Amino acid sequence: MNLDTLLPNLGEWLRGTGPESDVVVSTRIRLARNLADYPFTGRATPAQKTEIVSRVKEAISRVELPFKLDYHDVPSMPVLDRQFLVERQLISRELAAVLEGPRGVAFDAKESASVMVNEEDHLRLQVLRSGFALDDAWSDIDKLDDSLESRLAYAFHTQFGYLTACPTNVGTGLRGSVMLHLPALGLTKQIDKVFRALQKINLAVRGLHGEGSRAFGDLYQISNQVTLGKSEQKILGEIKEVILTILQYERQARAVLLKERRQAEQDRVARALGTLGSATMITAEETMELLSVVRLGIHLRLIDDVPATAVNQLFIQTQAAHLQKLVGHPLDGEERNAARAKYLKARLRELGSQR
Amino acid sequence: MFCDNEATMHLTDIVNKKKREAHLCEKCAREKNLLPEEPGQPIDLKALVSLMMAPEAVPIAPTTTAVPIALNCPKCGLTYAAFKGEGRFGCAHDYEAFRSILEPLLERVHRSTTHNGKIPAVGRVAARAAKLIELRAEMSAAIGTEDYEQAARLRDLIREMEAEGTAG
Repeated sequence: MNLDTLLPNLGEWLRGTGPESDVVVSTRIRLARNLADYPFTGRATPAQKTEIVSRVKEAISRVELPFKLDYHDVPSMPVLDRQFLVERQLISRELAAVLEGPRGVAFDAKESASVMVNEEDHLRLQVLRSGFALDDAWSDIDKLDDSLESRLAYAFHTQFGYLTACPTNVGTGLRGSVMLHLPALGLTKQIDKVFRALQKINLAVRGLHGEGSRAFGDLYQISNQVTLGKSEQKILGEIKEVILTILQYERQARAVLLKERRQAEQDRVARALGTLGSATMITAEETMELLSVVRLGIHLRLIDDVPATAVNQLFIQTQAAHLQKLVGHPLDGEERNAARAKYLKARLRELGSQR
Repeated sequence: MFCDNEATMHLTDIVNKKKREAHLCEKCAREKNLLPEEPGQPIDLKALVSLMMAPEAVPIAPTTTAVPIALNCPKCGLTYAAFKGEGRFGCAHDYEAFRSILEPLLERVHRSTTHNGKIPAVGRVAARAAKLIELRAEMSAAIGTEDYEQAARLRDLIREMEAEGTAG
């Protein structure tokens, strides 16, 4: 598969549909697994890593799945392509740029499932769903895990469960993570309160690109930290419960916005669209902030001529690697800001002409 | 001057050939956005793990606790110090080798020390994995006591089981 064929697609997590998609952008579950017969990736020799890659590739090619996973080698991949896959949430920044040696990723054409090989753990399975779909995602990844496990001997311990390089992941090796768009809680300054409550119950809050990243465009990822001592269903159930509560808060805050400052919100949305459609230089951060306003406007029905999927499209295509692929050559920071503005202007004009 | 704290930041701006100086304390500088934000905190696992492994009441003077500095994994050679530094294990056997310090750590992170979720669907895979761990430990022990005959026997057994694992 040539990665460029993915360019016009939204990928599963930005499909913009699925349950509760007015607030929940996407759901992701990952499982950390290791092969029994090798040291963990951090201590494996290049030769061992090569063996791990070939055993996993072999297993992947033989498992029966509803989708086909294609393997992509990371060390031989151009840096731009790696960044592109990071932006599409198919690989981690670590796999792209920090780790060394034989490693790669297998994913399906719909970009709903991926298997990273020789990340911090030998295997990092991931399933993505748009909207709020923890149960579906679990059922998918459970099956993927079962089929890989039938061909690979996992490191498993009767007391500690699935063994992982970092003891913070041991046991289930599971991280359930839900990406939320919470602009109204941000506007009404309630967001910190929500997060403080989350930390008390041991759930983590992260920005768009996971650990250490800032929350841009009111997007937050909420995930479990505890992986040991609870069943997968229990862990996911606890996340679910919390997300339902946050959903309610966000919707209440949106209702208040509509009731108390409809005109002002309408104005904010119009200005955001105006800036997006007329700027000649614009950063990725500003784009995300403005798109967040537009997205809120769509869900508050303050505008009806921009579909939610268009916002997702603009969101992904204006990220650095995507933009450079669209343009077809590398761009430095300033050039990127200009190209981004040009792209946004053209796309919004197109949308306008379809009115 | 904005407050009574000692000025530790000295800024010189030259705008339109006019020199402007400001002397402020770090707090004021931060409030006025003159300092870059503190670097986004990627979770510092190193610090986290050593924090979690510190005794409950942090002693001021280094104590001569029986922290098993000498602990290491016979299989991959990971030392306690290396684990403390990196926060990562080197291989599956470390879970046994470091059990004494691991269990309190797990208790703090997960409030549990025992897995309660999915187990490999193919039960024998789990059993085999556990058995392999056991056999490898036995083999290392045999090597340790220079019982090479026993070690060789165990090695062959392990190879046999690993081969079964791949064929399965």
